[in-house]
Order: sequence, then C-alpha cells, then structure tokens
Amino acid sequence: MASESTHTAEDLSTSTNASQGMEFSTDAYLDMDLLRFLTCGSVDDGKSTLIGRLLYDSKSIFEDQLEAAESASLSRGDQRMDLALLTDGLRAEREQGITIDVAYRYFATPKRKFIIADCPGHVQYTRNMVTGASTANLALILIDARHGVIEQSRRHSFITSLLRIPHLVVCVNKMDLVDWSEEEYNKIREDFEEFAARFEITDITFIPMSALTGDNVVNRSENMEWYQGPSLLHHLENVHIAGDRDMIDPRFPVQWVIRPQGDEHHDYRGYGGQVASGVFQVGDDVIALPSGMESKIKSIDIGGETFQHASPPQSVSIQLETDIDVSRGDMICRPHNQPTSGQDIDAMVVWMAETPMVVGKKYTIRHTSNEARCVIKELRYRMDIDTLHRVEGAADLKLNEIGRVSFRTTKPLFFDPYRQCRATGSFIIVDEQTNNTVGAAMILGESS
Amino acid sequence: MTQTADSNAHYKLTHLKALEAEAIHIMREVAAQFEKPALMFSGGKDSIVMVHLAKKAFRPAKFPFPLLHIDTGHNFPEALDFRDKLCEELGERLIVHKVQDLIDRGIATEDPGPYPSRNRAQIPTLLDAIEKYEFDALFGGARRDEEKARAKERIFSFRDDFGQWDPKNQRPELWNMYNGRHQMGENIRVFPISNWTEMDVWQYIMLENIEIPDLYFSHKRDVVERRGQLVPVGDSPFEAREGEAIINQTVRFRTVGDMSCTAATDSPAATLEDIVAEVAAARASERGARMDDKTNEAAMEDRKKEGYF
Repeated sequence: MASESTHTAEDLSTSTNASQGMEFSTDAYLDMDLLRFLTCGSVDDGKSTLIGRLLYDSKSIFEDQLEAAESASLSRGDQRMDLALLTDGLRAEREQGITIDVAYRYFATPKRKFIIADCPGHVQYTRNMVTGASTANLALILIDARHGVIEQSRRHSFITSLLRIPHLVVCVNKMDLVDWSEEEYNKIREDFEEFAARFEITDITFIPMSALTGDNVVNRSENMEWYQGPSLLHHLENVHIAGDRDMIDPRFPVQWVIRPQGDEHHDYRGYGGQVASGVFQVGDDVIALPSGMESKIKSIDIGGETFQHASPPQSVSIQLETDIDVSRGDMICRPHNQPTSGQDIDAMVVWMAETPMVVGKKYTIRHTSNEARCVIKELRYRMDIDTLHRVEGAADLKLNEIGRVSFRTTKPLFFDPYRQCRATGSFIIVDEQTNNTVGAAMILGESS
Repeated sequence: MTQTADSNAHYKLTHLKALEAEAIHIMREVAAQFEKPALMFSGGKDSIVMVHLAKKAFRPAKFPFPLLHIDTGHNFPEALDFRDKLCEELGERLIVHKVQDLIDRGIATEDPGPYPSRNRAQIPTLLDAIEKYEFDALFGGARRDEEKARAKERIFSFRDDFGQWDPKNQRPELWNMYNGRHQMGENIRVFPISNWTEMDVWQYIMLENIEIPDLYFSHKRDVVERRGQLVPVGDSPFEAREGEAIINQTVRFRTVGDMSCTAATDSPAATLEDIVAEVAAARASERGARMDDKTNEAAMEDRKKEGYF
C-alpha cells in the first residue's frame, strides 16, 4: 500500500457516503456558529489525509481543485494523487513536499462553520503553530497508533496548554494498522493522560480512527465496536464552545473614535471597538482608563442598528452619557471590575524571529488597541519544550524558544492574566528597526 | 434607520456575525494605524460587501478613506453603472485609475497572445496609483478560500516598495492583533474578509439585503463556447472569433472580473435564495470561471509576488 498521505480522487469519493445529509437549509445556515480549530502534525502522520477527508466529505473541495492537484501529482511523477497538494499553497512547499506555513481551510456542515488552521508540526515551525493556536477554540492532535505518544505529541500538547486552547481532541490515527486494537488504544490514552496531567487542559477527548479508511472520521466505525464515543465530525459539530467566552469581566479597548463632521449627527461621538470580554449594557456605569473618568453607556450601535447590550467578540460603537476624554488605546470597563494597571509585567514569550531576544533591549509592544515601548528586564527561565524542564540562566531566547520574561513598559498597560482573558492578556513584540513582529507574549501578571 | 435586533435576547453569535465583527475590527485597525488607506472597489460582490462593512465600521461618519477602482477598460458596462450609482448614494470619494493611461504612457503593456487579458497590466497601474496618491494601506476583498496561495496570506499582507509579496517572510499574525508598522514607500494590503467563503458572502448579502449588480442573476446574454467555458461576447475587442457561434443563453456570473477573463455560468438562478442553493450544490470552484488562474499551478502566487492583490 502506498503511503498514507496519498490518495486518488476516486478513493475519496467512493470510500464514504458522508456527503449525504449535508444539505443546507437557508434557515439553518443563518443559525450556525463558528468553530476555529488547529490541526498539527507532519507529513507522515496522516494529517493531510484527515483534512482532505473532512473537506471532501463536506463538499468543500471542488472538482477543479481536485483535478488541479491530480495533474500536479502526475506531472511531478507521483503515481497517485498527493492530497497535501490541496493544502500546500506555496511553490516552495509543493516542490519540497513540506508544509512551511499555516494554511487556513474552510468547511461547513449544517450545524457549524469551521475554520481549520493547518499547521506544520516540526519543532522549527513552533512559531507557526503558535500563530495558528492563538485564535483556535479547539486543537486536534494526531497520534500514530503504531508509534504512540512521541516527543512531538508532548510539544503540541504543551503549546495547546500554553495558548490556552479550551478543547483538545487526541486522534489516535492509523488504527487499521494495529488491527483496530482496543488494547493499543487504551495504552496510548493512558500514556497521554499521564503526561497531560501536568498541563492545564480542561477538556480532552480521545478518538480512535483511521483517516485513510474513514473510520470514526465522519461516520462511526464498524471495525471498533468497543468504542462508544462520537466520530470526529460529530464531536466537532457538538462540542460546547459558547461557555468558553468570559461574560463576567467587561473590557472594551477603544480602537477608533467615530465623530461625524456634518450637522446631521452633530452630537454623535461613538467609541468603536471589539468587546474583549464581559457584557456591556445600555445604562451601565463605566469607567475609562487611564483617565479614570466615569460615565454611563448611552447607546450601543453598529451601522444604524442599535443594541441593548454587547458581548464578545462583537464589534460595536458605544456612546457615553457625558463628554469625557476617551481615545484610541484607552479601555472602557466597569468601575468595580477593572483590569490590572501596571508597567512591570511577567509573561510567557514565544520568540518568532531569527535574531534572538536580547535582555536590556527596547522593543515596541502592541497590546489590545494600545501601543507602548518596553525594555526586557530579565529572562527568568527558558522552557525546554521537549522535556518541559525550566532552564535557568539562559542568555537569550532564540527563534521558536519559549521563556518567562519580565518587562518594564514606558506607560501603564491595562491587562488581565492570559488565563482569564486572551484578548487583554496577550501582546505582540515588534522590533523597532525592522518593524517585524518578533514575539508573542501571554501575560502571567505583575512582576513580583 | 434604527431597529433593535431580536438577537439581543441571546448572547449567541452566528458565524456570519462573528465574521462581520472580525472584518469591522480589521477595518478600524487600518483607519487607526495608517495615514492614507484606500478601499479597492471593483463593483464585484466582494468589494460591495466590503463597502457594506465599512458603513458598519464608520457610520454615521464618512469613511476615513476613498474608494479606488483600477479600471482595466474591460469592465462589464453593468458593473460600471452600478459602481457610479453606489458611490453617489454613499457620498464617498471614488478614485479611478485607468490601465489604458498606463499603456499609453508605455508603463504597462498589453498581454500578447490569443487570449489577451489586462490582468497583468493591472499590477503597474495599481503600483502607479499607490505612488501617486501615497497610499500606505489598501483594502482588498480577497478571500483565503479562493485560491491556495491566498490560503497562506496574512490579513495584513506586507509589501515592499515594489509592491512585492514575499510568502516565505510574512509577519506572524496572532490573536486579533495586527502589526501595520512600515517604512516610507512600503505598504500593506489588507484583507478583512480573508476568513469568509463564497457561501458566507452570499449568505451575508442575503441576510443584510445588500444590493448587487444584475449580472449575478440569471439573464439572457450572447455567449460563445471557448475552451469549454461560456464566454460573454460584446463590442470589440470582445466579439466572437472566427468559427465561434454566438448563442443567446440564460446565464449568470458567479464572479465578476474583466469581460476578457470571466466566464458565465449556465444557470437559472434568479434570486439570492436560488444562488445560495446553487453555490451549496456547486462542484466547481468560483475561480474555475477565471481563465487567468489556469495558466499554471502557481499563477496566483507569481502575480502576487509582483504586486498583484
């Protein structure tokens, strides 16, 4: 049998009847929600096959795209179609047969729309995985049933936990190659649970499957009667994500002040932004930071449509009862529920540039809609992401390395710990010479 | 127009509203981070959706940027009429930069060969407009589901002072934070509807009741069959070629680009509901109707590296 990552178009279309029952009704479509998930793995673990199957079975790959991939395979001299050609978009990726960067894929079932951030799995692409993970609600980790939990599985689980992706699905793949053995599956599951206990991952689901044969991908497997859980697609469609949003702590970073010049809307002064967390209601007492001025919410609207309240991730315009000084970079919140305000911040940092992070160097940071300068005060430790040991006394952070860093900013930031709120607990680090984004930071709290 | 949405009863956000919120956030970031942005407007459905989103992001104020149309001279007349009518209703500034002017100045050249397209000639025209008006950010309505090079492109896509895209050296883009810092002469292409699919666009048009050109709905039109596609014929240079028979057929356009490179679809879909049903059942991609992407496997990536959107 050819390697797992190759298929012909015919294999895909005949090996499953999943496209039945995928018809949309207009009403259902308008009531779907959105799940962003991350897939992570390398060429040989069957990831491309799995994504190819999800896309094909949900009719998200079109015939001309299949044909283009098929003709590209043939012209390269492959005997069968390489499914990775559907997802590997760049010339260099196709030529070298590797995935370099995150690719975003889209499919929908009558229940949900899905955005897949398809990430390369090797250690030299850690920054790409972190990028894909930053917006994901769910991570999908593939484990080859023949090899069990390997170093790469550990690294991917660590990043999932570091970026606080709320849901993790462990796909124990290639079950066909271990005779659909419940024993093998249980052993892998126990191994995984043992090391995952060290991470803060609240929701882990295990699914035994074969992406090649389609068992437990879309349809329940008939080869594994012992498995009582859902198929992967069923799980993706039903996993509860509404509860992942923080509806308790209202935070509204102001992006843009809307002030019409004409006479018609002379009195309109709206603060445009995206709700980072919590719920804002008309009539709420609010405080603007850093000024500390208090007011009440007069109205919430967007494009002429008014709302009684707004919750994440809605983009709205908020008008206040009184004319107080609020501009871009400021934050609107409740007087009795404010974020931390501070200039000494500790964060976990993933370094993303070829040039290492230097202690003592100044960088620009972007945090919510705010921008500030900072100096790196201390690299407290570096994480060895394969052993998960803390390496004390590290001199710098190199590309793809992760460590705990102390920052001093030139002005106060209004932040929450990343574990409480992704939007107010994260920032990016920008090199002032090259303007490149060189680091991603997840705030732990004020430096002690 | 003021109304209170029923959805206020729940905090649930549908996928269309989530995508809308993301796009509005991106547009406001651009307004705040750049001196001179512009919104690329072609009269096609994606750019019409972009204008609708800009209204949500900035009304009741005016847009903090003009609309920019790179006019190939190969437009469908219906698309031009629609463009002018919409701009008048909006009361926003429209800048038209013409490929023909650049050809006349000897800066752009007409493609040779049997299937002339002005797709490539748009690149120097766009770069000329960027230089003339000193634009530092341009909004485009491109989506990642359209083409696989686009699937890898950032929402803030950095271009050097030649407008070139370097796919192997893209800025990491995390959470909802966008880094628009740039040097003089460099610019950023911004794609607020990157994460939308063709289906999302149609559903959104239906949900928001957005007006689009009649070209998208089924109508009678003179076409010829050329390389397996239904190609619209009209006045020179779009007349039928020797040996081609003109057929008057009920067709519609699934995508509206230049007349020289957009094929029609044999379709009876006369309403948005019909179109949505058709898109749901479609087995060919939208860009399958774009002859310009078929040149080779990396056609889009190559054009983007040169400065194309």
